[in-house]
Amino acid sequence: MTSPLSMMFNGSVMDYADVPTLSVDAFMDTLLTSIAQGWRLVTYFAVPEKPDLHGLCCILAYKAKGQLGIMRTEIRGNSFPSIARTCPQAQIFEREIAEQFGLVPSGHPWFKPVRFHGTLNENPNPWGKKNRDDIRVGVTDFYRVDGQSVHEVAVGPVHAGIIEPGHFRFQCHGEEVFHLEISLGYQHRGIERMMTGGPYPRTLRQMEAVAGDTSIGHGTAHSMIIESLGRVKVPAAAQVIRGIALELERLANHTGDLGAIAADVGYLPTSSFCGRIRGDYLNMSAVLCGSRFGRGLLVPGGTVFNLESRNRDDLARRVEKARKELDIAANLLWDRQSVMARLEGTGVVPPWTAEELGLVGPAARASGLKRDVREDFPFGIYRMASIPMVTGYHGDVCARAMIRWHEAHKSMDFIVDQLRHMPDGIHRAAVGRLSPDKITVAMTEGWRGEICHVAITDRDGWFKRYKITDPSFHNWQGLSMALRGQQISDFPLCNKSFNLSYCGFDL
Amino acid sequence: MITFIIHCLLVIVMPPLLLGVITKTKAEFGGRKGAPYFQPYYDILKLLKKEAVYSKTTTWVFKAGPVVTLAATFLASLMLPLGNHSAPVSFAGDMLLFAYLLALTRFFTTLAALDTGSSFEGMGAAREVTFACLTEPALFFALVTLAKMSGSLSLTGMLTYSSSSAWAGAVTVLLTVALFIVLLAENCRIPFDDPNTHLELTMIHEVMVLDHSGPALGYIQYGASLKLFLFAALFYNIAMPIQTGSVFFDWLLFIAGMLGIAVAVGVTESVMARLRLTQVPLMLITATVFSAFSMILIFR
Repeated sequence: MTSPLSMMFNGSVMDYADVPTLSVDAFMDTLLTSIAQGWRLVTYFAVPEKPDLHGLCCILAYKAKGQLGIMRTEIRGNSFPSIARTCPQAQIFEREIAEQFGLVPSGHPWFKPVRFHGTLNENPNPWGKKNRDDIRVGVTDFYRVDGQSVHEVAVGPVHAGIIEPGHFRFQCHGEEVFHLEISLGYQHRGIERMMTGGPYPRTLRQMEAVAGDTSIGHGTAHSMIIESLGRVKVPAAAQVIRGIALELERLANHTGDLGAIAADVGYLPTSSFCGRIRGDYLNMSAVLCGSRFGRGLLVPGGTVFNLESRNRDDLARRVEKARKELDIAANLLWDRQSVMARLEGTGVVPPWTAEELGLVGPAARASGLKRDVREDFPFGIYRMASIPMVTGYHGDVCARAMIRWHEAHKSMDFIVDQLRHMPDGIHRAAVGRLSPDKITVAMTEGWRGEICHVAITDRDGWFKRYKITDPSFHNWQGLSMALRGQQISDFPLCNKSFNLSYCGFDL
Repeated sequence: MITFIIHCLLVIVMPPLLLGVITKTKAEFGGRKGAPYFQPYYDILKLLKKEAVYSKTTTWVFKAGPVVTLAATFLASLMLPLGNHSAPVSFAGDMLLFAYLLALTRFFTTLAALDTGSSFEGMGAAREVTFACLTEPALFFALVTLAKMSGSLSLTGMLTYSSSSAWAGAVTVLLTVALFIVLLAENCRIPFDDPNTHLELTMIHEVMVLDHSGPALGYIQYGASLKLFLFAALFYNIAMPIQTGSVFFDWLLFIAGMLGIAVAVGVTESVMARLRLTQVPLMLITATVFSAFSMILIFR
């Protein structure tokens, strides 16, 4: 049987008119059968086409062939069938579609707002809110467990710690968590709405701030979109610098996470050391572009700065020094029995759950799923130089911590290798006008996992629709599941081991 | 009279310094410089100058909590001998009053926490009381052992008595282990609780005082350091039953010993992670078993 899906690759462009348009039933059928055959839902979103006509577009990934499949359907009126009951990874996308365009997924098992904002089109809010001011973030129904001995604990949006705002509802039986529901949306800035009609002069800066700790990840994905649509080939030197910047971002965050995990179990030495070493990695990003968070390094067509040979040596030296120090700090953690007793077996996400929920990034790899955009759908420098993928299989906090440490090592090997063989030549190419009536997909592996940007251009080459899917959008559900049957006091530890983005989810 | 004055001076002035020493030790292990030794004093003074904010759902119980806690802890401190010097207040059976004054502080802290109606504070109160049930037997077995050994029912008699019993050495070792665990557990130190954590879901003691602010919080912090001081002094008397013969050197030895205990607590906190909450009872029962064995040895 031939699949009705049209094949694409990471970063490729096709005419929007060539995207196979299926009937609604065939679309849902194909979606379900593909997922049953091992495809994974990368993104699923609505596109306003004409008044009272919306396109539903979905992109699926097939790892074995490095292929992306795309298809669309058209819906009139404001309802479409929900597949969330049989395909849990679609549930959050369906809710997002409903919230953005007022299209109701009929039969959705737990139909709630995602980010609590008004619709992007003229359709009414599906939850019956008349005007935008009536929509209050976090004001909705929550799952409840009844019974005398069950109690509810609500945490946030204001926390005692220094994290972003999010609301967590626990249904507890004593110290045991029966169910955790996570409600976000406090950081919603309307990025997708702002992108319509773009790119604008400030678009790139906004993309770097989709999730402030993933500037390179999102910045690269956006640059790839513009480069595909502008038909420009990125110079090799720029690809290398981008790869190095992306790995440095991963190193800084993975190191910070290891320290934070240590701090959560009250183990100070690793926490203090990792806090400082994270700063060293951030300073290495500053060698590339002057910003510790990689802001202003990327530009569609290449990079703003070149990496001089003097800086390459400096960077290589710094990486080697940090490697030694990170080894010491991390080994303190692994060798300490009291720490390992805390990490092992806490917050387990079994592989089948991870698969069903469509988790990505280190969280998925810790549960044994081999998913890494750098290897499965290589982009930029990763087409030439691969990074070995690290997986675990326990799916607990320990596995998620261990994965970070191993990935940090692989990233450092990669950086040193790339610095040694860095090509000379230009680092920036001019970008032409964006092609009209196209659709393009760009995926990168940020430190949290798969980042997916999709752009559809109108007939003048401006963005008709720009869709961003942050890895956190897939993974928050994983955190909820990790808490089932756990001690409520282990929540902060589980949360740290995922370390998901609030603003990347809220957009 | 001089002993009385020195006793009161030490009890009033020294406790926050122990916290400062613990923090400094931990910083040293973490490769950091750490806050000054006297930071806890500055913090308490700062809090005392602040204005208190009270939640509208609370009653007088909430306001009484910190005051009763501090007063009761201070009263208890008058019955505990420091080093080899007899305590200002001492009578037969004062060990029971001592133990129950400490229980009273816990009772009021817990009540004040429940008074806020917050789900966190309720959770913290439940944890605190559960663990207290398991710590108390360890303390009582230890006190009974000491009472039997010394033949005295007063803390001064029990703790300043140097035993000639053949089993004194073994009893000392058992009690040292048990009381160090009790010291850590009662004062919410790692591995039982993390006094530095900002994560409300994992806290035990800290979560109960989340709603207190200003002077009330200052009282609580000062009271907590005083409690640490008391347990450290109790531990000192059992672990180091040394007498130099000179009153002056005895005091110096006591102060040095207390600082040493603070360092030991700091080291313990640095080399170990917090226990999983479900493991805490096992550790507390271990302390009780140690105490119970010492009692069996003496009553044998």
